[in-house]
Amino acid sequence: MPEAAEPAPEAPAAPRVDAEEMARRAVRRRWLLNLPAILWLILFAAGPLLVVLLYSFLAAGDYGGVRWELSTDGWFAVLMTRDIFDDTLRLQDAHLAIFWRSVKLSVMTTLACLLLGFPTAYFIATRSRANRNLWLFLITIPFWTNLLIRTFAMLEWIRAQGVINSVLTGLGIVDEPVQMLYTDFSIMLGMTYVYFPLMVLPLYASMEKLDFRLVEAAYDLYASRLQVLRGVIVPLVSPGIVAGSILVFIPSLGAYVTPRVLGGGKQMMLGNLIELQFGQGRNWPLGAALSISLLALVMVALIFYVRAAQKGGEGHG
Amino acid sequence: MDQDSISPARAAETPQETPAAQAVPAIDVLNVSKLFGEGQSAVRALDDVSVAIGENAFFTLLGPSGCGKTTLLRLIAGFDHPSAGQILLRGEDISELPPNQRSVNTVFQSYALFPHMTVRQNIGFGPKMLGWDKARIDRTVTDMLALVRMEALADRRTDQISGGQQQRVALARALAPRPKVLLLDEPLSALDYKLRKEMQTELKRLQHETGITFIFVTHDQEEALTMSDRIAVMSAGRILQIGSPREIYLHPRERFVADFIGDTNFLAAEVIEAGGGMARLRLAGGGEAEATVPEGVAATGRVTASVRPEQARLVAPGQGALTGRVAGRVYFGTDTLVTLRLADDSAFTLRVQNSLTDGEPPGEGAEAGIALAPGALQVLRD
Repeated sequence: MPEAAEPAPEAPAAPRVDAEEMARRAVRRRWLLNLPAILWLILFAAGPLLVVLLYSFLAAGDYGGVRWELSTDGWFAVLMTRDIFDDTLRLQDAHLAIFWRSVKLSVMTTLACLLLGFPTAYFIATRSRANRNLWLFLITIPFWTNLLIRTFAMLEWIRAQGVINSVLTGLGIVDEPVQMLYTDFSIMLGMTYVYFPLMVLPLYASMEKLDFRLVEAAYDLYASRLQVLRGVIVPLVSPGIVAGSILVFIPSLGAYVTPRVLGGGKQMMLGNLIELQFGQGRNWPLGAALSISLLALVMVALIFYVRAAQKGGEGHG
Repeated sequence: MDQDSISPARAAETPQETPAAQAVPAIDVLNVSKLFGEGQSAVRALDDVSVAIGENAFFTLLGPSGCGKTTLLRLIAGFDHPSAGQILLRGEDISELPPNQRSVNTVFQSYALFPHMTVRQNIGFGPKMLGWDKARIDRTVTDMLALVRMEALADRRTDQISGGQQQRVALARALAPRPKVLLLDEPLSALDYKLRKEMQTELKRLQHETGITFIFVTHDQEEALTMSDRIAVMSAGRILQIGSPREIYLHPRERFVADFIGDTNFLAAEVIEAGGGMARLRLAGGGEAEATVPEGVAATGRVTASVRPEQARLVAPGQGALTGRVAGRVYFGTDTLVTLRLADDSAFTLRVQNSLTDGEPPGEGAEAGIALAPGALQVLRD
């Protein structure tokens, strides 16, 4: 109501009042425009996260769920375990191994995606405009298929009687099928396959903006191909490298389907461990605490990574 | 100054030049052709081009866009390789060498400064890649900063300096590794008029101070005339004429050259008699006149002759080689352009210098004679 009434009487008023009122209105408009986004964040991001945080401090129910009493057992079980016979405290070796495997496989997946994605993105960015879209389209096609199906397709390639092993044994290169399935390698391979587009797309976006005359200029100034890459291309597309690495690393760290299918039951990652607690484990507080730990791990990794990337960028420029 | 020597094989291409066999040219382009694409649809960007560019020269490749001048520059830089022919750098064949293995540097039209480096790092890039030791790099960068007067902004990033300053940095960066030849690809086209004038003088100074051969590409004929020691005029992938600015302006051999550089009048004529580099012409616009015939131009039958507007004078009707009726006058301050219509209805433009004593040129409709300066009329190859 005041909004409609105000403008007319205020027109002749002192400009100072006018300006203040304008500023107030601008602030109000800003809040109104932001409201949907804020509501969305509260309902679907902050809310569930708070529930998880709350659950991590409650006691486990006997048949899943939680009992409404304060307890730090969940957090305690993240890293420690109590011996069931003599009650001595030990480090939870299994959890540590899973944490370590998750971090290791995620880093390796990110590196593999970067090593494969960089030349791919460079290739696409140096095509003609029409062809670029075709290549990008081809890169994104696998996204149309369900993750589970893609993962099973990968399984078909690498299992003992799968395509690769059949060819290898058929050609007599190996006598027995190579064990690729249910290893760290198979998980890494699967995740690299699944998250590859997440690396290529931001890399491509950076490289498309790269002025290739700079590459010519560096080449003209006696830089070798490797020096052009290191001294000019990499520093200039580093935003794409950072973005792509983050986009691959985060889902890798929490991956569930890929380690489940390609790692069998043996090679668990954090995602599987968390699922286990909410499922058969019936230890929701532990699952919640593990989830928060994963979140913390991601944030710490991101902070370090972005810091290092910034420092690297400054070193060059 | 005649170091742009020509080999006997190319004598027909550049007949006015006296062979100076003793000097090896800085750049020797030998029968170079460049095709883009394949088969029927291939585009011939350069067609059997030969040119020798002497040491310590300011050499300009001049022509309209699409004439092949940038293609030739890119071949010399090594970004592309010739489809046929050879390019020699001080007598050594560099046609197939990549850009990082030839002592030739380029100043790009877009400058192509590295945005993630400071001015100092940009200038030091070439020497660093050449593996010079740190003390030598620092000394060179300091010298280069002084040469282009950019000491004060050495530690700025390249997006924090103006276009003219970026231009200077691009020059310093290309000069820092002491190349044998510096290539400049329309480097002034992005600058405003005043800055462009300033940089023209600056480029001349840099060429003199460094003694490095500059090969300058431009489509601006005025720029070419004021800056160059020698000019090669290009059109449709071929070099039409090579010569000093004066030769090119006063003695164009082809209609295209006469038309592209400066203003000119084309006169249809018939040869009455020819010999000894001269010809007597009967002009289609009426009257007869003596014309010079450049070597390699056949002066027989119907020809086209040209004369610059400032090489003709208005005289009383009946006097002079031609007679016409004034069709229009345009006042330019220092001079007036007078257009006359000749007997064959063709137009002829004169540039009359304005002075206090001579009074105004005749007005529209008045009849006037046109006298041509001796040697001003030139028979062209069509």
